[in-house]
Amino acid sequence: MDPVLYNKIVTFDIYGSAIGLILIGLYALLVKKHLIKMVIGLSIIDSGVNLLFIAVGFIKGGTAPIFSPKGIELVQKGVTMVDPVPQALVLTAIVIGFGVTAVALSLVIRLYRHHNTARIDNIKSLKW
Amino acid sequence: MKKAIVILLLAVVGWALVDAFTHVKFGESRLGDLKNPNTVGAFYLQKTAPELSVANVVTAIVVNYRGFDTLGEVTVLFLAAAGLGSILYRRKEKGAHDTMILKNSSQLLQTGARLIFPAILVLGAYVFIHGHLTPGGGFQGGVIIATGFLLMFMAYKDYHVSHNILTWVESLAGVLFVTVGFWGLIFGGSFLKNTMGTGVLNDLLSGGVIPIVYIAVGFKVAAELTGVLETLLNFKIKK
Repeated sequence: MDPVLYNKIVTFDIYGSAIGLILIGLYALLVKKHLIKMVIGLSIIDSGVNLLFIAVGFIKGGTAPIFSPKGIELVQKGVTMVDPVPQALVLTAIVIGFGVTAVALSLVIRLYRHHNTARIDNIKSLKW
Repeated sequence: MKKAIVILLLAVVGWALVDAFTHVKFGESRLGDLKNPNTVGAFYLQKTAPELSVANVVTAIVVNYRGFDTLGEVTVLFLAAAGLGSILYRRKEKGAHDTMILKNSSQLLQTGARLIFPAILVLGAYVFIHGHLTPGGGFQGGVIIATGFLLMFMAYKDYHVSHNILTWVESLAGVLFVTVGFWGLIFGGSFLKNTMGTGVLNDLLSGGVIPIVYIAVGFKVAAELTGVLETLLNFKIKK
């Protein structure tokens, strides 16, 4: 295999898997009929976006942005720390994702109680 | 037919994303000059240790530099929990019995859960008390504590956490967060300003108000998540 192409593939695998997760989640949202599966798709998109964020902030050979005694030692040796901003943003995003999933699940439970089914093609009053 | 259209659409979206990210090199430093920072990440990395004496830069960003954002985030979590409760609210019928699971769990799970539950609580408390020194913090520690309660819900049919206690813990933690914010407003001139002494780097009592705020966040998140689990898992069955 061409080494340049090989390097390109290897360095792209993290972005690739994150984008793959986003696409899988979108597929579940668009195709699946079961509401729980759609909520699962939503949270898979969440994971994909978070992974993409973290991957953008990653620095090759970098260490965690923590000034513990070990971290200070590494910094003095010339090791850079990875970008802390995406990590802080992802912490926020995870919490918001949890809120979205919880409210979505509660709506699904409510629909299930009302219609006795969680498949959207069986809920007649939604058709138009 | 519909699936084909969806796959075509996803191929377009995927191609657009891949095309955009081929220009962003993986593992390359985008922080710029660390000595004279001109990116926000480099600024945080350079200023956190001398200015705040906080070892964990992510905690410093979340609680100190973007503290107001975290207050909003905690509010979103509270709104999610409150919305969940109001959407799933059902009046208790006469003679109905609250239960968490419909089937009895095994003796193994029950004994194991009772054994490991205090350890999970201690681990969660450790994670949010040391949030400014080690990886972790209020949100992570709160989630760990909520998993402990989830284990108890799964193991015991009639294990309940009183909603009154949860509400009180949650409210007091939120009030503590806002009080710290107003303390900064009164004594430092801006909301959530870190006015206390910052101490020595890597000490447990360092970073001024950061440990206090993160402990409050930890209690709040733990109470909210336990409340969410309690609401979601609750069955009301008639005997």
